[in-house]
Amino acid sequence: MSRTPLQKLVLFLVVLVVISPAFLFFLWMASLSLKPEIDNTAYPPVLIPSSLDWSNYSAMLNEHDFGRYFTNSLIVTGSAVALALLVGVPAAYGIARAKAHKLALVVMIARMTPALSFLIPLFLLFQYLGLMRSLWPQIITHLVVTVPVVIWIMTSFFETLPIELEEASRIDGANRWQVFRLIALPLARPGIMVALILAFIFSWNNFVFGIVLAGRTTRTLPVAVYNSLTYEQISWGPLSAAAILVTLPVLLLTIIAQKQIVQGMTSGAVK
Amino acid sequence: MVGRPAGGSRRRRLNWHSGGYMPFIWPALLITLAVIVFPWVFTGWMSLQNWQVGAERSFIGLANYARLFSDERFFEATGRTLLYTFLSVLLPLIFGTIAALVFHEEFPLRGFLRGIVVMPMMATPVAIALVWTMMFHPQLGILNYLLSLLGIPPQLWVFDPGTVIPSLVLVETWQWTPLVMLVVLGGLASLPSEPYESALIDGATWFQRLRFITLPMIVPFLVVAAFLRGVDALKSFDIIFAITQGGPGTASETINIYLYLQAFSFNDMGYGSAIAVIFMVLVVALTLILLWLRGCTGWREAQG
Repeated sequence: MSRTPLQKLVLFLVVLVVISPAFLFFLWMASLSLKPEIDNTAYPPVLIPSSLDWSNYSAMLNEHDFGRYFTNSLIVTGSAVALALLVGVPAAYGIARAKAHKLALVVMIARMTPALSFLIPLFLLFQYLGLMRSLWPQIITHLVVTVPVVIWIMTSFFETLPIELEEASRIDGANRWQVFRLIALPLARPGIMVALILAFIFSWNNFVFGIVLAGRTTRTLPVAVYNSLTYEQISWGPLSAAAILVTLPVLLLTIIAQKQIVQGMTSGAVK
Repeated sequence: MVGRPAGGSRRRRLNWHSGGYMPFIWPALLITLAVIVFPWVFTGWMSLQNWQVGAERSFIGLANYARLFSDERFFEATGRTLLYTFLSVLLPLIFGTIAALVFHEEFPLRGFLRGIVVMPMMATPVAIALVWTMMFHPQLGILNYLLSLLGIPPQLWVFDPGTVIPSLVLVETWQWTPLVMLVVLGGLASLPSEPYESALIDGATWFQRLRFITLPMIVPFLVVAAFLRGVDALKSFDIIFAITQGGPGTASETINIYLYLQAFSFNDMGYGSAIAVIFMVLVVALTLILLWLRGCTGWREAQG
């Protein structure tokens, strides 16, 4: 069906309205981070900076231990995602093939339970074990997020893979592990990509584990940015620059891998 | 079940389909037991103790729960949580459905633009909360400026007890409308084309097709979206905590925030655990209700 020019115009306007809340917000965020303080405190607000001011970024990068917090985030998220894939992908395969729906239900419940309800005992446990100065408490608690995501996405992915090929190689004498490694795993690569991206984003964005479990030197980026908001009372420019730096990896990933993200966020929901 | 191994004995067939997969599952199961199931059980046990950090702990039975039922602040937090959840399900559901109907049309750059629309729900919540806090600023914030263009007097947004919940719901709606959109889009993509063809032959208008074909057929997907949204809104923490910490006063204190304050600010681990247990019961109960609703709307037939 082709559209009349009027219909095209209406569609264009409607699309514009739908994308503008997201688009304008991030545009304003970028604008805040690039303006000198004098523009940020001006009224009426200034959208286009009078001069592009990158000093907000350099201030954040140089003076606020940004490198350390970035490394912390990278270690916590990297480890939690790697561990989750390592145990979650085989588990999802097992659940899908053994049709262990009760186990899938446990994963579902874990996804629904409020994070704070795990945190009180884990906090006391880590304190008791004397781990609070290391990144281990955060790596371990981030598994609460990453393992269910990986199992959830991979289970529905493995269920879509045809079983015939696997059965044929079983008859040829391959054991279960070989079937998994040599046949199912290579086919599951697209699914693993989706699981990896979403587990990475959820772990990277996580805030609540950090504010409870992180000390001054073990903060991840979201916690560090939150603390600079409350305790140091710095001005809007550097703060917006920090906000952008924290979320930039995720936003880039969202744009580059939007197909996988859409697929992952709706897996299990639309299926 | 198709494609059983040819000539396999009964025992072997059973083995293929059920047992033999536990070695794949064990590592994940152990981790789940350690970081999820153990804390649940331990929280339950802690809720029966008088457990203040730095003090002797003692078994006090159900006293924490008794205290909970006479704690007005807890009941206010519960009411607030339910209101917040209700609004944070309803509004994204409405806007998300509209956005999905738009993105179901074909137009240039659709994939890229969908990526932009999805950004709010993927972006780091704390980073977003920071920018919203600046936008809510009563004197310098962009929102009051935009209102002034429309001739509306400035608001106090999150700085006034009367408007803090609607303001936070605004952020939550902005953030999570894309999720509803994605779920409904998936639904729209799965609809059969025959009803539309016959409706066109019968001369149905665009609005009639929407009202009598599309909407009834995507109801199961709306229920799924409401379910996902409800579970997340109920335990919403990052946005509320980063913007208001439950304030001004206790005006935006939800159960989750109150639980955090009791356990980690007032260091009352026993009472915090009791709140956690009740909160979990609430989440699970709401989940079951929504699952039951899903059963009623014939979601299973709809997935085809």
